Amino acid sequence: MYKYIWLVPLLPLIGAAINGLLGRRFRFSEKLIGGIAVGSVALSFLISVAAVYSYGFGGHPQWPAPYVTSQDGFSFDWIPGGAVSVNAGAHNAAAGEAPRFALLNIEWSYQLDPLSSIFMLIVTGVGLCIFVFATGYMHGETGFYRFFAYMGLFMFAMLVLVMGSNFLMMFVGWEGVGLCSYLLIGYYFDRQEAANASRKAFITNRVGDFGFALAIFGIIATFGSAQYTDVFSQARAFPIELLGSWGVMSWIALGLFIGACGKSAQLPLHVWLPDAMAGPTPVSALIHAATMVTAGLYMVTRTNVIFQHSQTMLLVVALVGAATAIFAATIGITQNDIKKVLAYSTVSQLGFMFMACGVGAFVIGIFHVMTHAFFKALMFLGAGSVIHGMHHEQDMRRMGGLKKYMPYTYWTFMAGWLAICGIIPFSGFWSKDEILWQAASTEHIPLGWLVWLIGTIAALCTAFYMTRLMAMTFWGKERFRETPAGGEADEAHAAAYDKGLAQHDAIRSAAGDRPRHDAGEHVGPIHEDVSHHVATGGHGGHDHGAHMPHESPPSMWVPLVVLAILATIGGFVGIGPAFKFITGSEHPGGKLNIVNWLNPIIWNPATKDFNVPHGDDHAAPAADAAHATPAPDAAHATPATGAGHAETGSAVYGHTGFNLAHAVENITHSHLVTEWIFIVLSLIVAGAGMLLGALFYVWRPQLANIWAQRLRPLYAASYNKYWVDEFYGAAITRRTMDAARAIYSFDSRLVDGIVNGLAWLSRQFSRIVGVFDKYFVDGLVNTVAAFIMRLMSPLFRAAQTGFTQNYALVMVLGLMVAVVIFFARDIIRAFGSTD
Amino acid sequence: MMLNSFSPALLLFFQEVVETSRWEQMKISAMNPDLSKFLVIGALLFIIGVAGVLTRRNIIVIFMSIELILNAANLNFIAFSRYLEVTGNVNALAGQIFTVFVIVVAAAEAAIGLGIVIALYRNKETIWVDEIDLLKW
Repeated sequence: MYKYIWLVPLLPLIGAAINGLLGRRFRFSEKLIGGIAVGSVALSFLISVAAVYSYGFGGHPQWPAPYVTSQDGFSFDWIPGGAVSVNAGAHNAAAGEAPRFALLNIEWSYQLDPLSSIFMLIVTGVGLCIFVFATGYMHGETGFYRFFAYMGLFMFAMLVLVMGSNFLMMFVGWEGVGLCSYLLIGYYFDRQEAANASRKAFITNRVGDFGFALAIFGIIATFGSAQYTDVFSQARAFPIELLGSWGVMSWIALGLFIGACGKSAQLPLHVWLPDAMAGPTPVSALIHAATMVTAGLYMVTRTNVIFQHSQTMLLVVALVGAATAIFAATIGITQNDIKKVLAYSTVSQLGFMFMACGVGAFVIGIFHVMTHAFFKALMFLGAGSVIHGMHHEQDMRRMGGLKKYMPYTYWTFMAGWLAICGIIPFSGFWSKDEILWQAASTEHIPLGWLVWLIGTIAALCTAFYMTRLMAMTFWGKERFRETPAGGEADEAHAAAYDKGLAQHDAIRSAAGDRPRHDAGEHVGPIHEDVSHHVATGGHGGHDHGAHMPHESPPSMWVPLVVLAILATIGGFVGIGPAFKFITGSEHPGGKLNIVNWLNPIIWNPATKDFNVPHGDDHAAPAADAAHATPAPDAAHATPATGAGHAETGSAVYGHTGFNLAHAVENITHSHLVTEWIFIVLSLIVAGAGMLLGALFYVWRPQLANIWAQRLRPLYAASYNKYWVDEFYGAAITRRTMDAARAIYSFDSRLVDGIVNGLAWLSRQFSRIVGVFDKYFVDGLVNTVAAFIMRLMSPLFRAAQTGFTQNYALVMVLGLMVAVVIFFARDIIRAFGSTD
Repeated sequence: MMLNSFSPALLLFFQEVVETSRWEQMKISAMNPDLSKFLVIGALLFIIGVAGVLTRRNIIVIFMSIELILNAANLNFIAFSRYLEVTGNVNALAGQIFTVFVIVVAAAEAAIGLGIVIALYRNKETIWVDEIDLLKW
């Protein structure tokens, strides 16, 4: 089946084309549109599963080397380039080589390897769940066909991104998903905030794409090829650029990481993702949680050879990831829009993934991508189900107590909550704990302990705000009864919320059907008092039947159940070495273990080659403390470890300073105990966050307001998202607008002035020419014509007598003349000869 | 003499002219009318017809002159038919058939022409062509 992977991106494209081109003209029914979209994705998913199975488990001869469809002819020359000069930078110059030339020929072919197969399965599998969900969620929308056309197009672009065999195909997919993201965020284009959010997402992504494009140019200029296999086999031989040195690999990695920052919403380009929630909720689940935003992770992991060649960039990746994780997690604590909370949670989790990549644990980053795809898609769809059940209410302050009304949604959401908080054995635990452990024990970069610390605090915040979300949505009082939509009572209600918290309403909620009050904390006694007033003050609490929540239809909760199962058990593919005494292996499950599966695409700095499959080596294993001896000159030394391939630490990357895991290990004198200390620590942190959340929002609801007032500046900063949007608005957007206005005025005055002046000159000149033409040229022509007419007309008039016989006479005369002319020679001869 | 260099048309006119005894010649010619006699008669008829068309004012006479022109053509057809038959051309009968066609067309033309004349007379009360100058307008 692996030969047919070219069908995987094609099928959703065909489905999208049918829906998009014919759906409106022929007025396809919702069933038909949904059937085409879901069917095409389901078929893609089946082909993906079969292809991955036959590649990884069916005894494919090439495993684990990438299979490229051009081997079987399923490819074409996409960009037949010419010879390019390859300037391999310092590497070439050091070797004294002359610049060489390479024949650049970029083909359109798909690549099946461990990394792309994981993404294929995530994209098509989670995508399938979300497509099914969307058929229920989007029921009755006017642009139903349009929605599924965009979604299908997105699937195509995303699959091209992850399945392409070269950087340019990745770039095409990259831009394609950006376009579809734009289209889908702006799906409700008649709403100003959705239109603004879509443009914001697109423009912010341009910044990242710029870096990505530069990196691709750098790759082509350095390696003379864009094909992954060519590039990475050449990149292996480059020297590693340690901290303090900055060479071509660092430049390329920097460009790539800027691209990843844009697409994966890392600081400082994260601003578009929360606003992207203006799109329909299935879009948020598919594009802005499960798949598209992880494209940056895909790219960084794909190019892990390049990133591992630059210690500086690894450090940058780890620090940016950690900063984003804590930054977004602290914002998530104070948001009231259910989708906003999930959006900041996504940004935060993406930060976790980049942390993993930065500390050298690319496999674990991808592992977290996978588990995150499961539980975040689940929670977004759950939020969609809540919004659907609440009749398009997104403000958590108007929810509460939904557990009773939406059991399926509640129990599936519960699985997602436990997973993201990191409770064993839900999927999020395995990946998040492993990330923190890798950060603590990293030997790729210094400051691993800082990354670990930030990550742990972010995990605490995560558990806290997700518990808050659960409490405000599913538990507690049923506030939806008490808050009529708009009106006097609503104002009083909101005013009570805002008491003592005079926030300006700087933040518009990015989604939702009507403006609502965004300011302030809300649960607590104040709220209860007010709601009591409202409930007894004439409304009686019974005339809001239209706002009673209801459970969603099966097309919506069945995908939830599927995703909940995945979110629960999905982590078992990545059980870490700490559980060796239970599972009997460092990475149990053979190829089913994600570490064993992905290791062949991870470059090992110690061996300067890709990891061997089925090895028990680790992306960034905790080496013995003895190996952490300072060895600044060891960068080019052969690894001294016995295993020969397992160690990636100090031998290659030099002394990386204080290492938390080693420090703990020095105390405990046991590797296993050390790992377990960190596992227990992360569980304690998760539990503490959840308990704190429960304390604030379930047991003692008044605490939330009290602490919000006590920590006023911090609360305001978090609530206003650290004023990043305001800063960008003042520093960039408005300056850009000013520049545009200045250029406009230059354009309208000078450029237009020149053009208009020339036009004025032309007009004056043409007026003179016109006068000359009118009086001189026309006069001459008219005079001559009149003269000729007067002279000749009597002659010609006289010829026309009107008498038939005159005409006949002329004809006869003409005939005679013709005869004479015709026989002239003979006549002359005849008479001449008689002389 | 350079008779051989004459074009066939003129040969017909001039070949019999150069003879010795004029009277003898005329006598022989009267006894054995050959092609040239018919062609001369046809040409005379044609010229008479043309002259009639150009000079007569009565439209009826003009019609009659036109008939003369047509019959001059008929005579030529017949003469050539006979001549070519004698010289061995098997398709010589075409000339006679053509003559029948010309007669038919002439009859039809005369019918239409007389109809026009009647219509003209009803409107203009004249059949003198110098009083009819409608072609000018």
